[in-house]
Amino acid sequence: MKLASDNFLQEASAALNAPEKVARRNLLGQFLPLARDSAASKYGDFDALRAHMKRVRRHTSEHLSHYLQQFEEAAVQHGNQVHFVADAEQLNSKVLSICQAHSARRVAKGKSMVTEETGLNELLLKAGLEVLETDLGEYIIQQAGETPSHIVGPAFHKSLAEIRQLFLDKHKLGERGLETASEVVEEARGILREQFLAADVGIIGANALVAEHGTSMLVTNEGNGDLCANLPPVLIVCTTFERLLPRAEDAMALQRLLVRSATGQPQTCYTSFYSGPRREDDPDGPLETHIILLDNKRSDILASDYREILDCIRCGACLNHCPIYIGVGGHPYGWVYPGPMGSVLTPLLTSLEQAHALPNACTSCGRCAEVCPANIPLPDLLRDLRQDESVQRIKPARWRHGLRLHAWLLRHPALYQRFTGWAMRLLGWLGKRRGAFRRMPFASGWTGQRDFPAPEGGGTFMGQYAARRRRGVRRG
Amino acid sequence: MDKPHPKRKRSRQRRDVALMVTCLADLMRPSVGFAAIRLLERAGCRVSVPEQQTCCGQPAYNSGEIDAAVPVARAVIETFEPFDYVVVPSGSCAGMLSHHYPALFEGEWRDRALALAAKTWELTRFLTEVARLPAPKRPPLESAITYHDGCAGLRELGVQQQPRQLLQEQCGAQVQELSQNKVCCGFGGTFCARMPEISGKMADDKLDDAVASGATIVAGGDLGCLLHLAGRARRRGVDLEFRHVAELLVGEPRGPGIGDGRE
Repeated sequence: MKLASDNFLQEASAALNAPEKVARRNLLGQFLPLARDSAASKYGDFDALRAHMKRVRRHTSEHLSHYLQQFEEAAVQHGNQVHFVADAEQLNSKVLSICQAHSARRVAKGKSMVTEETGLNELLLKAGLEVLETDLGEYIIQQAGETPSHIVGPAFHKSLAEIRQLFLDKHKLGERGLETASEVVEEARGILREQFLAADVGIIGANALVAEHGTSMLVTNEGNGDLCANLPPVLIVCTTFERLLPRAEDAMALQRLLVRSATGQPQTCYTSFYSGPRREDDPDGPLETHIILLDNKRSDILASDYREILDCIRCGACLNHCPIYIGVGGHPYGWVYPGPMGSVLTPLLTSLEQAHALPNACTSCGRCAEVCPANIPLPDLLRDLRQDESVQRIKPARWRHGLRLHAWLLRHPALYQRFTGWAMRLLGWLGKRRGAFRRMPFASGWTGQRDFPAPEGGGTFMGQYAARRRRGVRRG
Repeated sequence: MDKPHPKRKRSRQRRDVALMVTCLADLMRPSVGFAAIRLLERAGCRVSVPEQQTCCGQPAYNSGEIDAAVPVARAVIETFEPFDYVVVPSGSCAGMLSHHYPALFEGEWRDRALALAAKTWELTRFLTEVARLPAPKRPPLESAITYHDGCAGLRELGVQQQPRQLLQEQCGAQVQELSQNKVCCGFGGTFCARMPEISGKMADDKLDDAVASGATIVAGGDLGCLLHLAGRARRRGVDLEFRHVAELLVGEPRGPGIGDGRE
């Protein structure tokens, strides 16, 4: 997917000026945290489960080569073909060559953020294949020619009325009502069902890879992943090494965390483990299966101080709890992953220079870290990226110099107090009647949106306190 | 062992507290600093205000100018480490001292930062858990109050019930809760100036929530949030009064609220 994060502020502004969408997002921002909290508290000791998973993940990444090898061996034993690819281009061309080897014409896809990352659809379409997204949300945005706005609900930004109109325009099915959500879903289901049967290749992602069995786990609510995986003769699983876990029970622990954090359900409708191609006495299943493991800078992240972001299980809880994501929606972030996790991942997977606005789209409120099932210290990682932004001289010079001058002044208390005492007396006197300023030199960032409250008057606290002490001493 | 010196015994009863005024109270709202001193004295503390203090260095730190923040942190540690307690009328600045300073250092300075962290208290938490205020001799506050929890106090320091308890005990006020009382108001330090439009939207949500609560006073423990909300309310013409919790706890506030004039 093309990176457009350098337009963050302009796109955010546009998003904030669409009141209906803002209201819809605000509702989501109220409902989704309630659902997550209720599911987490019903579970019992959810925090203990989070801590457990953190230990498992740490162990796995510290023994990565061992578990990768174990996974590959077990997967190959089941008849899978396992491919390691370095970057987006390699993944895309590997998928294309598999499709071409089977003279495939139609591809059915389950939801896969990894293939969004590599822009796979674009390449396959260019090569003349038909590519159909089968996750309902992904299907909707594919039909609309849009990009996902959320990693779990890619079409969260679309209202029922918009989806209805989209289907009426795109599906040539004649006069019909499509008044209710269930009618809309039913129509999509009918269309997708035929496509599953006609597809030559199925492509899905994975929520976990189980090293001991060489299997991949997928959780869905729609069952489209299973249809993609089982009906077409060829299955390709596109995934990354940080999905790896040692045992099946670890994958189940992850599933318990993931689903509650994502949708507030205790369980999704479908949790499937895929082991490989159809065996002799299996009634169905693909004839050939591939597992492609994409690196795309993840090895570099693993070796860096940002490695904890690789613990992310893509639940979307940090998005749902982030007031900035809820405020502006996913599209201004300009790439595959929005919200707090996206603001860490996007600069790391693409370029900080182009995506440097994202780590700044954060008030350090800490709500994301509070709910992150993987216990990723997201505000700390975002601050570290802001440090990189400064060290690499990407941050606007006036901010960098201003902050450094301020910090220097703080270390010279006498000078600081003389300067602030004078300035605050002046501002306090000027603002005495109205109590606030509408405009203020050098403070347009503040006064663009708000008045600048005037200081109380009488100078600074330190000045007044020192004066009182002097008077007290004289009286004594 | 020697008998304790009578003077030392007295000083043990009266806790030696250093007030970290915070830069925003120092510059914008000195009455918060004076209110904090009076509250601490009422709670039986001997209050010092170290002269060398300026600011905790959070603007540079949160913006990623870590090497500029480190010497500021060192100066704060040196200024405040001689005292038994450091009390701060801000969850954000107290969180900076308690949680973030230790992460800035290694070795000896880390130990000193940890020692300072261990004796640093946010004001309302200190007044409920360490030094209790005596019961007030004044009529209850008549205005309806809502409370905005600053994020650092809430999540880094567990400050939530303490200011409500104090408002109840000292002012006879029952806080009328905001429906989204765990959501950030959009201040976020330099965030509010780097991304003003998003910050303004977040302030609007908070102001709408406050108006819907039926309160006329928005109280809070962090001047950053309050200045931002008051400034936005002034711009939009939203009729609410903004006060730091210390101003209310010390007695019926006399001067204008934050951002209000004498017109």
